[in-house]
Amino acid sequence: MTAATHFRTCPTTGLKIDRSAENLIKANAVVAVVFLLIGGLFGLSIALTRWPAVHLLPADWFYLALTAHGFDVLLVWIIFFEMAVLYFASAVLLNSRIAAPRWGWAQFWLMLVGAVMTNVAVLQGNSSVMFTSYPPLLAAPHFYLGLVLFAVGALIGCAVFFGTLVVARDEKTYQGSVPLVTFGAITAAIIAVFTLACGAIILIPTFLWSIGIISGVDPLMYKLVWWGMGHSSQQINVAAHVAVWYAIGAMVLGAKPISEKVSRMAFLMYILFLQLASAHHLLVEPGVSSSWKIFNTSYAMYLAVLGSMIHGMTVPGAIEAAQRAKGFNKGLFEWLRKAPWGNPAFAGMFLSLVMFGFLGGISGVVMGTEQINLIIHNTIYVPGHFHATVVAGTTLAFMAITYLLVPLIFRREVMFKKIAQWQPYVFGLGIAGISLFMMGAGTLGVPRRHWDITFADALSQFQFSPAAFLMLALNGLSAIVAAIGGAMYIVVVVCSVFLGRKIGDNEVVQLGPVSGAASAAAVARYGNEGTLKIPGTVVLVGVFFVSFVLYYFVNWKYLAEVWPLK
Amino acid sequence: MGIASPRAGWWKEPIHKVELIWIIVAFLWGLGMFFMMIYWHGVGNQNLSNEAYRITPAAYAAKVDKMTEQYTVRQEGAFPVVRPPPGSDVYMMGRVYMWWPMLELVKGETYRLHLSSIDLQHGFSLQPVNINLQVHPGYESVVTMTPNQSGQFGIVCNEYCGFGHHTMTGRIYVVDNK
Repeated sequence: MTAATHFRTCPTTGLKIDRSAENLIKANAVVAVVFLLIGGLFGLSIALTRWPAVHLLPADWFYLALTAHGFDVLLVWIIFFEMAVLYFASAVLLNSRIAAPRWGWAQFWLMLVGAVMTNVAVLQGNSSVMFTSYPPLLAAPHFYLGLVLFAVGALIGCAVFFGTLVVARDEKTYQGSVPLVTFGAITAAIIAVFTLACGAIILIPTFLWSIGIISGVDPLMYKLVWWGMGHSSQQINVAAHVAVWYAIGAMVLGAKPISEKVSRMAFLMYILFLQLASAHHLLVEPGVSSSWKIFNTSYAMYLAVLGSMIHGMTVPGAIEAAQRAKGFNKGLFEWLRKAPWGNPAFAGMFLSLVMFGFLGGISGVVMGTEQINLIIHNTIYVPGHFHATVVAGTTLAFMAITYLLVPLIFRREVMFKKIAQWQPYVFGLGIAGISLFMMGAGTLGVPRRHWDITFADALSQFQFSPAAFLMLALNGLSAIVAAIGGAMYIVVVVCSVFLGRKIGDNEVVQLGPVSGAASAAAVARYGNEGTLKIPGTVVLVGVFFVSFVLYYFVNWKYLAEVWPLK
Repeated sequence: MGIASPRAGWWKEPIHKVELIWIIVAFLWGLGMFFMMIYWHGVGNQNLSNEAYRITPAAYAAKVDKMTEQYTVRQEGAFPVVRPPPGSDVYMMGRVYMWWPMLELVKGETYRLHLSSIDLQHGFSLQPVNINLQVHPGYESVVTMTPNQSGQFGIVCNEYCGFGHHTMTGRIYVVDNK
């Protein structure tokens, strides 16, 4: 069972790596990046169409591209990469063999066939129903079938992950509790099971409706259950990318969580409360009561938000503590100034943390407030928000950890070091622009998923303010910047994986300024109550909190100005 | 480190004071935001009613037609402009690709606005006021609305409803009471 030849020992981390797990990680990561490229190109074409002066695509192509963009990046890129993260956090971090590698390949092929099938349906042109495919809009049967296969594949991947945890525990491949990063991945996988089950529960009847076996699907019920997948799958991302933040902090800087207990409790809050988020999409819907909306939209009194706010302190806090332990003790921020900003893994991770919190987190809580949703629902503010969470947060974090996976798992040296160094900044700047300008246009009322806000072909006219057009133009420019950042990532990663210098079997890779034993020694020293000082993080968290409170009440003020409703 | 198993006894290590304070602050802030929504139901002027009914598209279309026949004051292109009496039930229907009919309301008066769709889901987006409501086929929702500005307001569809989605508009006029 545990044939030694199936393992190699990583010279950098000392971890024992199962070669079949390694191959699965590689396959899933490579397919993920391919779909990132495809979905990213669709995204660029959408932003260039929204830019009124460019207006690139005709209407039918715009809606087709929008459907494909949502599916390819929000679901396919991210879930494939998450499969890689799950195998990494289980088999690799726990020194274990992977349970049932054949089922791992079943996961891979089912997801791939499903992804291709749905893409084919979309490209055939009769399934431009958006990623959400709200009935009574009807897509081709293989659009839904592809989604179902994809979901089943991902469920199998979760099962392999859980199986690997059992194997590792049985075979005692690690001591005591699982590492925090694995704990985060467990969180992601538990949420994923709920999510993918919701997807299957609603998409199977919708598929049956599309082939004429059942007569219809209630649009409100569809939305409630579909968003059990649609929104909760974003919570898989949150759990996964928070785990990635901790992983990068640990691998690059030797950062150790301030308190294992607190960080794990924060993950636990995700498991308990995040799946209530379906309500975020039903706040201005008929037939749902206010008390249901208030309880669910707030994740039971914001307990899941509390989880994120805790990570928002513990991640930078862990980094500050690690930096201070290395002697960067001057003033409030020497630890931050002297952080390895030229290391793309660290830079990407920190930008992801900041943008996820400030742009994505705050806007999400504000627009998820029952009444404030009235002035935001279905405006382009909504994609503005989730580009900050899913792209600036998740995608940027996944890009960042790729710079570590390439040398550790693919055993290749990262090529084009200069391009790699700049990549997180270029991509981050572009995404920040996309998010901010879409949110700006949304506060001016611009609708999402809309080809022409000049309403040239409409029966009655309406004019948006010139500021709205300016916002969409700036959004287009930002999308170009982000696309350049995305292209830099793909060029670096693809070239490195296929053409990079092979790393020898006994060669140690330098992941950050301090690695291996030196950081382990530093890590052992901090973290005890009373000795730990993280004043810089306290200031950062204070700034975050003040911004949050101000922005929250500013939006109540905006709401109070609209026509009275009751 | 986060990628290694924690040392034994991690569960018993005390929580650092800075962390504990932040947890308490964040928890209280969450409670504050939670009760803010409930508070606004009591004192705020912008809340949704929970009034909604199941209805067939044909039955809803019949209600809209009845109001339109009774209160049309003029025609504007393809749209009748309807001026129902203040305080009454007014109907707006979403369909591919228009908001039907146009309404003329009086500033400061209150109306019971009914919304439904006879085909797909649509998004009722009143601009530039920026009130956004989701409209479902088969469900009739009612919201009591008091326009407090006069002028011409556009209704945009902000839920995707097919290749003509971007041509789906409508209008509400609000006139001063004279």
